[in-house]
Amino acid sequence: MKKLLTTALSVLTALSLTACSSSTPASTDTDNTDSEAAATNGKIGVILVGDENEGYTAAHMEGIKKAAENLGISSDDIMWKYMIEENQACADAAEDLVDQGATLVVSNSYGHQTYMQQVAANYPDVTFISMTGDTAAGSGLKNFKNAFNQTYQSRYVSGVVGGMKLAELLENGEVSPEATPDAYTADGDIKIGYVGAFPYAEVVSGFTAFYLGVKSIVPNVHMIVEYTSSWANQVAEGTTAEKLIADGCVIISQHADTTGAPSAIQAANESGKPVYSIGYNVSMLEVAPKAALTSASNDWSVYYTYAFQQWLDGKAMDIVTDWSEGYETGAVNVTALGDSCAAGTDAKVAEVEAAIKNGTLNVFDTTTFTVGGEAMTEETGCDLDFDGTADIFPVKDGVFYESNTKDGFRSAPYFGFIIDGIESNYNG
Amino acid sequence: MRNKYDKPHDRVKEPLIHLVRRVDIPASKAWTIRIVCVLLGMLVCALFIMSITSLNPVSVYASMFSGAFGTGRRIWQTLKDMAILLCIGIGLAPAFKLRFWNVGAEGQVLIGGLVSAAWMITMGNKIPNVLLLLLMALSAMLASAVWGLIPAYFKSKYRTNETLFTLMMNYVALMLVEFFVDVWDKKQSHSVGIINGDTQAGWMPSLFGQQFAPAVLIVAALTIGMYFYLKNSKQGFEITVAGESENTARYAGISVPKVIMRTMAISAAICGLAGFLEVSCVSHTISSLTAGGRGFTAIIVAWLGKFNPFAMTLITGILSFLSRGANQIASDFNFNTYASSILTGIILFFILASEFFINYELVFRSRRGKEKAE
Repeated sequence: MKKLLTTALSVLTALSLTACSSSTPASTDTDNTDSEAAATNGKIGVILVGDENEGYTAAHMEGIKKAAENLGISSDDIMWKYMIEENQACADAAEDLVDQGATLVVSNSYGHQTYMQQVAANYPDVTFISMTGDTAAGSGLKNFKNAFNQTYQSRYVSGVVGGMKLAELLENGEVSPEATPDAYTADGDIKIGYVGAFPYAEVVSGFTAFYLGVKSIVPNVHMIVEYTSSWANQVAEGTTAEKLIADGCVIISQHADTTGAPSAIQAANESGKPVYSIGYNVSMLEVAPKAALTSASNDWSVYYTYAFQQWLDGKAMDIVTDWSEGYETGAVNVTALGDSCAAGTDAKVAEVEAAIKNGTLNVFDTTTFTVGGEAMTEETGCDLDFDGTADIFPVKDGVFYESNTKDGFRSAPYFGFIIDGIESNYNG
Repeated sequence: MRNKYDKPHDRVKEPLIHLVRRVDIPASKAWTIRIVCVLLGMLVCALFIMSITSLNPVSVYASMFSGAFGTGRRIWQTLKDMAILLCIGIGLAPAFKLRFWNVGAEGQVLIGGLVSAAWMITMGNKIPNVLLLLLMALSAMLASAVWGLIPAYFKSKYRTNETLFTLMMNYVALMLVEFFVDVWDKKQSHSVGIINGDTQAGWMPSLFGQQFAPAVLIVAALTIGMYFYLKNSKQGFEITVAGESENTARYAGISVPKVIMRTMAISAAICGLAGFLEVSCVSHTISSLTAGGRGFTAIIVAWLGKFNPFAMTLITGILSFLSRGANQIASDFNFNTYASSILTGIILFFILASEFFINYELVFRSRRGKEKAE
């Protein structure tokens, strides 16, 4: 018995030893292929905060793959780094990608930005793109770029979808002061809700656009915003949604990455409450077939196609410092409408999208909202560096222009005002 | 009349395998067992890789190796990972040797990091950098020592359960960090970002052009120091005695509460130093990820290394290699990171198993029979 065991062990040992010793030539093989590709055009390195299991990152991966396919970039020329935390790990990953021959490095999360900027300063020949970031213009670095879609546009359209549903519920009496007294404020406004991550400008800009979208259909709405203090927390998003449902909110949207809120809303809806969900990034129909109406979404491939084309042409340095596009180039959209949507929603969506595209409809039309009882004027400024003085004045001709890169403003959202009719409950 | 309890002993059915505790095992044999176990672990990993993907396990191992040691920079990154993890493990060693179950390293690291970051944010550029660094390091160690002394005081005074107490302190520390991140991040994006990126105030200067070299050197010195502290100093002896038996310690005139408080203060201060190194030398930021679970991983390090700082160095080396390697596999083969973590899990499992076979011997029935006959 003992002999048998010894023999078995030694055979296994020998096997694993061969596995180890033959590993050296294999590693030189990989190195060769690396240097061959690097000799031609370099490579693209991608730093992701999550992986394909996380909606936000999945949308970026899809955008990158689609862009590469459009331009015929081989998948061997794209190097991926998954689950990179927003700390030194990002700088480590960026430097490692450069070592492996990357001449263009993209990171997808806001928190990666400062590390990307630091590495960019050390490698002036490599172009770095920090998606959703806001410091490229101020960094003075030629090789450091930011990009952000005009997501507020699709937020607005998703608000229109929610408004259509709300109008239908009011019309058929499912929501009325008698049937659902909780759904009304003391002033008689109808409550809607929003599950936010943090009261960060990107979130504020998004929920304001959503609110204005709903308001364009149902004028007397009041929105309660509750925060989860996390970009992705399934449980917290669920309980926050439950709180909003208990408060009486009828339409609930979100700026948080998981399916927590739609799942909670679906459960409440099944128990007979008239409450519906507007998601973000991905369609929520799978988890909330009855409660989900649509999701505000991005098509990142529009930007990646532009940036990768510049890179292929050897002009990666000339990628615009701040890039922001919306409906006019298909960079934003709403996902397929759910069965619960009100009749005529698709026609209305098409109408609003067309109006946004041709510029006749502006999401932040200053005649449609007030801040502290007053309308915004051209004197309204945004204090981007929080030093107490305004840095930019984005209002022009009665419109607050968000992510207005055409006029030299940054791509990351800067609409950080809490407008009248929105109740933002942040307590850290 | 015989009942079933009267059966003669030789009729009792002996189990096929019997565990016997090994009393003294020669180091060479112990290391053979360890190496065989790691190789077996690698073999199981290879089977796992082949069964779920069509990848060649040899190239997967090559990729792991290249991820950890492939370039000069990767070697330094692996060394940096090692240094911080080892620093926490070195901090835990005296507490664990005392049988004081300090599972609060995570929080102690965060507190050290938080205090360091607070100095950088409030006093950056207002005082000379050398002075700032010194203040950061000392106050980080002091704050963490106080953080660790709280459960130690309650343990020695009221005999509270230190495992639960130190564990709960982690969450308090985490919430404190979350709170200050919001205070310091005016944009409300919940990210402090790089602190003093333009002036580098409070940044540890790089040595020989290597950013991480100071951390590596400090931890190397600490490792050697801890080895002699535990082995040769009077305090180290007191820890050993009090850890083995409280009664013996009392009989020998050692004040156990005093040893508990002192050891825990040292333990937590070293964890705080790890937090300082992470903030000042490595990431230059503070977030809830600053400790990143390493306060718990370091417990495995301390245990596997049997509180011997040099053995712990080896363990951190293996762990850092595995985690860098796992990330590289994910990157090279589009292998899900969770799948990569399964591989490191398998190898860790085999390392843990090797300790079992070092402590126990498997004795088979036939052999026992023969021994009896002799």
